[in-house]
Amino acid sequence: MTRKQQRTMLILGALAFLGIAAGLILYALRDTLVFFYTPSEVSEKLAEKQLAPGARLRLGGLVEKGSVKLLDDGEIRFVITDTAREVPVTFKGILPDLFREGQGVVAEGRLQPDGSFVADTVLAKHDEKYMPREVADALKEKGLWQHVQNEQGAANGNDAARAAAAAASSPY
Amino acid sequence: MIVELGHFALVLALAVALYQTFVPLYGAARNDMRLMEMAAPAAIVQFFLVAFSFAALVHAYVNSDFSVLNVFQNSHSAKPFLYKITGAWANHEGSMLLWVLVMAAFTLAIAVFSGNLPASLKARVLGVQGAISSAFLLYINTVSSPFVRIPESRVPLEGQGMNPLLQDPALAMHPPMLYAGYVGFSVAFAFAIAALLEGKVDSAWARWVRPWTLAAWTFLTAGIALGSWWAYYELGWGGWWFWDPVENASFMPWLAGTALLHSAIVVEKRNALKTWTILLALITFSLSLVGMFLVRSGVLSSVHAFAVDPERGTFILAILAFFIGGSLFLYAIRAHALKLEGSFEPVSREGSLVLNNVLLSAATAAVFIGTLFPLAYEAVTGGGKITVGAPYFNLTFGILIIPLLLILPLGPLLAWKRGKLKAALSRLKVSALVAAVVAILASLLAGASIKAALGVGVGTWVLVGALQEWAGRVMLFRAPLKVALSRISSMPGHLWAMTLAHAGVGLIVLGAVISTAWKSEAINAMQPGQKVEIAGFEVLYKGDRQATGPNYLAEQSLFEIYRNGEKIAEEISEKRTFLGSRSMPTTEVALLHYPLGDLYIAIGDKTQMGRTVRIYFEPMIYLLWLGALMMVFGGFIGLMDRRFRVGVAERTDSRIAAQPAE
Repeated sequence: MTRKQQRTMLILGALAFLGIAAGLILYALRDTLVFFYTPSEVSEKLAEKQLAPGARLRLGGLVEKGSVKLLDDGEIRFVITDTAREVPVTFKGILPDLFREGQGVVAEGRLQPDGSFVADTVLAKHDEKYMPREVADALKEKGLWQHVQNEQGAANGNDAARAAAAAASSPY
Repeated sequence: MIVELGHFALVLALAVALYQTFVPLYGAARNDMRLMEMAAPAAIVQFFLVAFSFAALVHAYVNSDFSVLNVFQNSHSAKPFLYKITGAWANHEGSMLLWVLVMAAFTLAIAVFSGNLPASLKARVLGVQGAISSAFLLYINTVSSPFVRIPESRVPLEGQGMNPLLQDPALAMHPPMLYAGYVGFSVAFAFAIAALLEGKVDSAWARWVRPWTLAAWTFLTAGIALGSWWAYYELGWGGWWFWDPVENASFMPWLAGTALLHSAIVVEKRNALKTWTILLALITFSLSLVGMFLVRSGVLSSVHAFAVDPERGTFILAILAFFIGGSLFLYAIRAHALKLEGSFEPVSREGSLVLNNVLLSAATAAVFIGTLFPLAYEAVTGGGKITVGAPYFNLTFGILIIPLLLILPLGPLLAWKRGKLKAALSRLKVSALVAAVVAILASLLAGASIKAALGVGVGTWVLVGALQEWAGRVMLFRAPLKVALSRISSMPGHLWAMTLAHAGVGLIVLGAVISTAWKSEAINAMQPGQKVEIAGFEVLYKGDRQATGPNYLAEQSLFEIYRNGEKIAEEISEKRTFLGSRSMPTTEVALLHYPLGDLYIAIGDKTQMGRTVRIYFEPMIYLLWLGALMMVFGGFIGLMDRRFRVGVAERTDSRIAAQPAE
């Protein structure tokens, strides 16, 4: 082969390979993406038919006070709220540390036809000050951020920014 | 006073770095020897200024000087001494200063150890290094100063404490290692820019770049391994890699750097792949910068994201845009100036290294897209949020990396220019046989799934293949033992590096597959006196007690471990709550090491149902750390190689040239 043919071969081979890799990436992205919604967004999307029961998603908000119930068979029920809407959640398993009423939480699972949510994973924020970023953003949008901050007794203004930094969804 | 001096030194360092940028680059363009020779002294002065500034910050931390805002926010007087030192870089401002210090140290090393570099190349390399330093020094001096004081009337008596998760010996070393890796790639970047400016890349250039790249790669490997090890024993999640954006941020430059390490060999030996290697050098450091941006700007949510300050994020983004955009632009207009390359057949050492590069690049791209997709989606949809989780990365990265692992043992057996695939394959018969036997045994005896059996087979193939290549090279079993021994003792460092690193990859694959496929876990709410069975062990929960440490309170749970009804160990697993305002508790996992794997006990909250106890059995997970250790060790041995010493770069090594497989 001449040098030019070799180069062409090399380039064509690499391009073909990159095409396959790109296809693989797109396929994997489509199948493994999980969307994050707040309770308000869930009811909005359901109304607009953009979301069907059975869809896998992450639901984020605050654990409504007084809503956590332990059933005898080990099932746990609680309500996730963004103070405008709420979604009842059932979960079978061990709740994460720092799962507390009135505080931020992210549940991953499937939406049921009756509007409730069955979670297979529940993630809570890491410490008294940190909150999942998605939840913090959503609350800020609704103007509830200050309210939450006060409830947590975090007086330091700097903490509001810090709080947004860590998400429960990350192992860190 | 010392704090002010440190601050002042930092401002001076910026001035010196700017001088180090413009004067030598201008001198190189004008071919003015006098100006070019200013680069090295400037680099030395800059290093000492930054080092002094860093020492001043550490001094403030060690003395718990809470009149410094940074110390107040991130330290506590009751902290153990070690963490008072490491606390200096366990926060945004301090870690940026550490970054600049490492940068200055690399620049110093180039200035001191590159006596035989052509004057213009050396001036340009140091100039580019100076430009990168300048950008970050400007950033620190304007928006991220660690030396801000609290007004005297309001100086607090006690600090807010350091993030307790970071108070750990492995994590004390993690940032310096990682930064040495990230920043080390700036040397390859600077050499690439200098080469583009000079319009010349040859094997001498590759010989200068290779040791720096290897050094950076070795540090980055060590840093990532330390981080992963820490995540394993400290977070209490019982895993070692989560495809977390922060992990990906360090993994992307590692993948690209690995590709660079291999393509630079082709430039040195065969004078081919020159433009590609330049591009890789630019991309590798660009990915280091992207990683730093992702981690430091706060666009990602994680403990690492100290700063959630739009001003800082924008600043870092501007630095990023300047260096990545500028270097790629320079590449676009100058790359054609590099001379044409040597030719080779597809089946050859070069061919295998090209394939290595293509696969590594594709894997890097897959990780890159998965990591940044949520950000892009949020930007495009105006706030829509999605998660790209482990399934995406396992699928794409897994599929792209398997062919790489399959060709890994073959590459070193192919000759340069034109290789014989059949001959190479027949030399690896033993490896293939061993791999097949191990895979079959794994599925028959240990009940492995097809995927796990294949994984174990691939790992064995890589490991045995690397050892077989080594055995063949030293003529073990084929020549008298004496000959083999003398060949072993005279084998050059860079070949040891290859063997160790490749065998390390095999061990990591084995550790990853085995610890994932055969992992058992039991997560229960336990009452005192309750027993849980896992992987042939019985774990008895005895009860709780309280304890106090130097700067924390601990809640301890006591466990007894039985095997075959016999008590074999007593262990304590604890949760610590640290002093200071950061009340996040940390997990101290009870870890028991056995030949077959680790027994891992982490405790969680106490609820009405009892104490949450997570027990995992992590089979052979130590292979991961062993493999990483071998890669790092190999890297250091490679750096010891005489050929990599800058002083001998011009000399030809007759011993190497005489070997046919080279």
